[in-house]
Amino acid sequence: MTDSTALLHKHSFVELGARQRAKALLDAGTFRELLDPFQRVMSPWLSRQGVVPQADDGVVIAKGTLEGLPVVIAAIEGAFQGGSLGEVGGAKIAGALELAAEDNRKGIPTRAVLLLETGGVRLQEANLGLAAIADIHAAIVDLRQYQPVVGVVAGSVGCFGGMSIAAGLCSYLLVTREARLGLNGPQVIEQEAGLEEYDSRDRPFIWSLTGGEQRFATGLVDRYADDDVAQIRQQVGELLKQGLPAQQRSTQAELFLQRLARLDAEPQIEPATVRDLYQGERS
Amino acid sequence: MSSYSLRGLSWFNALAADALPVVGLPASLKVADGLLGDQPVRFIAVVADPDNRFVRARNGEVGLLEGWGLAKAVDEVIAADQDKPQKRALIAIVDVPSQAYGRREEALGIHQALAGAADSYARARLAGHAVIGLLVGKAMSGAFLAHGYQANRLIALRDPGVMVHAMGKASAARVTLRSVEELETLAASVPPMAYDIDSYASLGLLWETLAVQQIEQPTAADLARVSECLAQAIDDVARNGTDLSGRLGAAHRAASSKVRQLLREQW
Amino acid sequence: METLSFEFPAGQPPRGRTLVGCVGSGDLEVLIEPGQAGKLTITVQTSVNGSEQRWQHLFARMFDGQTLPAMDIDIHDFGATPGVVRLRLEQGFEEIGHD
Repeated sequence: MTDSTALLHKHSFVELGARQRAKALLDAGTFRELLDPFQRVMSPWLSRQGVVPQADDGVVIAKGTLEGLPVVIAAIEGAFQGGSLGEVGGAKIAGALELAAEDNRKGIPTRAVLLLETGGVRLQEANLGLAAIADIHAAIVDLRQYQPVVGVVAGSVGCFGGMSIAAGLCSYLLVTREARLGLNGPQVIEQEAGLEEYDSRDRPFIWSLTGGEQRFATGLVDRYADDDVAQIRQQVGELLKQGLPAQQRSTQAELFLQRLARLDAEPQIEPATVRDLYQGERS
Repeated sequence: MSSYSLRGLSWFNALAADALPVVGLPASLKVADGLLGDQPVRFIAVVADPDNRFVRARNGEVGLLEGWGLAKAVDEVIAADQDKPQKRALIAIVDVPSQAYGRREEALGIHQALAGAADSYARARLAGHAVIGLLVGKAMSGAFLAHGYQANRLIALRDPGVMVHAMGKASAARVTLRSVEELETLAASVPPMAYDIDSYASLGLLWETLAVQQIEQPTAADLARVSECLAQAIDDVARNGTDLSGRLGAAHRAASSKVRQLLREQW
Repeated sequence: METLSFEFPAGQPPRGRTLVGCVGSGDLEVLIEPGQAGKLTITVQTSVNGSEQRWQHLFARMFDGQTLPAMDIDIHDFGATPGVVRLRLEQGFEEIGHD
């Protein structure tokens, strides 16, 4: 296949909305949405602040199978309020993960896939968003005892705030080149620490530190895929079949403390420094 | 007056006066093993370290070393008590102004460091440890998610300086395109947006709020009161379990319960 | 933000329901469900205040000369242009027709 025909056969995953993404990953005909938009379980907090709500509060929960395995998908719609999590959307994700863990305790091996496009807490629902994210963290760690929780950051919003911590708790993470993964959004860092520290308008700079390619090269994520539905689907399937990782990334405190101890924290950091520090032992 | 809060340190020193300090952790962490009544506990606080190697984490922020350090401090307890029938309680003393904002932090994966801390606290709970969060100052955003929010019982001291929030007022105003005054007016009428601890309590996330005489420098009576409350919280966990279900049920958090109920019906 | 209601004469209800769009910048979400025979109701929640006339005109022009199925349409609008509104509605009507 030539490059141009390969390109023609590619279907962008990034361009899909949350519901389409969930459908694209599940085995054909198995998609079943819970709390679908027609049930109109919407944010009780947005309208009263003059913000138009969305019928599904920006989160799609779908059950189905992926390569025959029972799975629940939680997909965040990045186009609605920047993918921010409020009370309802947050409770949908936390509740779905809690039920998946319960399934496992009853012998049903439900896995979870999180499609993360989010700036984190929705500020109009501040403390309820934060509380929901703490619940999501708790539920990931619980479910992860039984079956893998796979996080996908495809782009274009990226994954930030408290949900970047959720990403860090996943058994496996998959990113594309369009993805960014970091705790703090560029503007907030610039605001808090100054332009010298972080230039939020310098896109190449931001991607070089927090983009999918760098996160993969530094071992902070497990898989790097093209923005292609078939490829992402295949890799998510492989990760689900792989079972639990030998060691979760977020349980390696000793290793990361040793690595940080070796770093000269005085000079400002370069992307290559992180690659050497975190992946040096591999080469 | 210091540019950073000393509350966390003061409460740690008071509560852990007779406890045995744990070594081998970053200087920004105060960790000690002691007793509350007759219960063995580990006290954990994040404090300001003006000499922190990471310059953006010198005022008590939770950064890379703090996140992974907290994880280590908690993992030690899980491992040490693995085969013991009685699990040591973890007391997280919370006075954290924010996560660390910086280039080094993002580049080195501060999100992963905070995940490390949240992971360890959550695993401690699952292993049967009581995890109690004692809020004596700010409990902000990612910093609180890493240190305190995985507790199965949260106790807050009633004081204007004790606040839980996703973002400081100035930043929140900018992000939501409002003036600080507009934000304050709005926040007063929307409980989850408010900055005071009583509004936060109305969300049902706290197990208890306590008034003290001198929050900056606890008196003997303050210490006795808080110690007793912590001991009660540990007993409550022993009786009612280590999950987070106790946080649900408040009227201002009704949608969180409703969503779970509907999901269960449709599962 | 304001909430507006509109009603138009219609035929029989369709069988299916559909959702198109998203409450993103310059876009809108349209939920279409079967309505009461003879009636097409539209509820619009929009971020743009003082826009009732514009919506009324847009719907009147769009529905002029045709009898649409009886539907309950719920719109959550985040500042979509008339062109985008029309596109989303047409998309929705087409999907309803296929079901």
